Amino acid sequence: MTRLAVDTPALRPDALAPSRRRRRVPRWALGLVFPVVVGVSWEIGAISGAISTRLIPAPSEIARTLAVLASDGDLLGHSLTTTFRVLAGFVLGATVATVLGAATGVSERFCAVFDPTLQALRNIPSIAWTPLFILWFGIFETSKVLMIALGVFFPVYLTFSGAIASVDRRLVEVGRIYGLGTTTLIRRILLPASLPTYLIGLRNGLGLGWMFVVAAEFLGASQGLGYLLVDGQQTGRPAVIISSIVMFALLGRVTDRLLAWGGARFTGWEDGFTRRAVA
Amino acid sequence: MIEMHQVSKRFDTGLLAVSDLDLEVEASEIVAVIGPSGCGKSTVLRLIAGLDVPTTGSVSVAGHEVRGPDPSVGVVFQEPRLMPWLSVERNVSFGLARHEGDQSLVAEAIERVGLSAFAGALPKELSGGMASRTAIARALVTKPPVLLLDEPFSSLDAFTRVDLQEHLLEVWSWYRPTMFLVTHDIDEALVLADRVVVFGGRPGSIQTEVIVDLPRPRDRTDRSFHSFQDLAMGELRRSSGERFASRVS
Repeated sequence: MTRLAVDTPALRPDALAPSRRRRRVPRWALGLVFPVVVGVSWEIGAISGAISTRLIPAPSEIARTLAVLASDGDLLGHSLTTTFRVLAGFVLGATVATVLGAATGVSERFCAVFDPTLQALRNIPSIAWTPLFILWFGIFETSKVLMIALGVFFPVYLTFSGAIASVDRRLVEVGRIYGLGTTTLIRRILLPASLPTYLIGLRNGLGLGWMFVVAAEFLGASQGLGYLLVDGQQTGRPAVIISSIVMFALLGRVTDRLLAWGGARFTGWEDGFTRRAVA
Repeated sequence: MIEMHQVSKRFDTGLLAVSDLDLEVEASEIVAVIGPSGCGKSTVLRLIAGLDVPTTGSVSVAGHEVRGPDPSVGVVFQEPRLMPWLSVERNVSFGLARHEGDQSLVAEAIERVGLSAFAGALPKELSGGMASRTAIARALVTKPPVLLLDEPFSSLDAFTRVDLQEHLLEVWSWYRPTMFLVTHDIDEALVLADRVVVFGGRPGSIQTEVIVDLPRPRDRTDRSFHSFQDLAMGELRRSSGERFASRVS
């Protein structure tokens, strides 16, 4: 996976020096350049008074708020609550989406029956379901987890169903030659072949899960990062709001990386275009 | 071993690909079908493999009517069609699902095609020739009495192709399967086959047959080989010439 496909032509020794220098800067460091520049100018702007700190607190102020929230254990509690909700909703939504996606991807008839309905439901902004969900499932965890599951469901369902339906017909024919039945065909050819696309669907779904948890926690929560956002607004503390946004960004990023990293262990066989090989 | 009687195939699109075809292949015989592309020769192979169903007529293998793919018929496609997520070894054992654990069969099939050193490699790490050999090993692992090959080497360079043709003959002498080979390469047909069937026309039908009674291994530079080349080329040209003539009129 880490093999480099492009090498500087050895015939030109003068070309070696710049390529070596470029390799010394690690990739992750490049990703830090932009946020650090923004953060430093922000801080300078706040100190010099160019930015009003009453509405836009300085990065140091946000860091202090985060530290205070962390030290009294609030931050951990809110983060855990929210993460748990996202994961529960993700597992539920992704499971249902996987089963339905596999069914509509494999069976033409099943697709004809269910897909039009699902496509129609997809166009309803899922937040529009919130009042109904609260009415049906109450104000507590059930309605929140179901909201998130609904958000996760659609991207996973769409990508997986599409991925299965577009598995190379020629590979499926090999399965037919060896007399594979429908279930073995799914297990031995369709699932592995659509795994890379499925993984992208899961990551999209997880991303939407993080968005929906905010919507769910805006409405009647007493715990969670979304509650922290509302609390910060009502008590007029922008630093708390931004702290909670920062936590969303961190948690979202970490869970996405974990999912991508876990998935990469199963898709190492892919012979695809990688940006690294070109850049 | 293979019998086709009055077989016609019309696709859903209305295209009549093959019409009134009669063909017999004896056990352990190697028959090559040559013809211009689009003449329906691959359709004939798919009918024998049970991947397509004839519109009229009957196809039977070893005395049994073909009703779908059967383990006694191995197929090597034009492209290797390997599962990209499986190693060479596991691709070869793909056809062994029912009697898994027969790793000695897998190892033997891989050795027959000379890929023992690459058993653990993924398809993306193989050259075109190695991928083709893996596909042949996969078809061979069950030692099917009938082996169908659909232009198996057409995407390879000339050196690799000659090399694999020799490999294929070695495989044949291993357990003497009945082989049915579709190709558009006259030399390939003449090097491998006992009998070359010239296919052509639209819908496709057998134009003529050439019995290649040359001893093996066949020398491509030999005079008698050349005379067979001339003969086959003449027949091929004649059959496709007729096709063009009928299109003009």
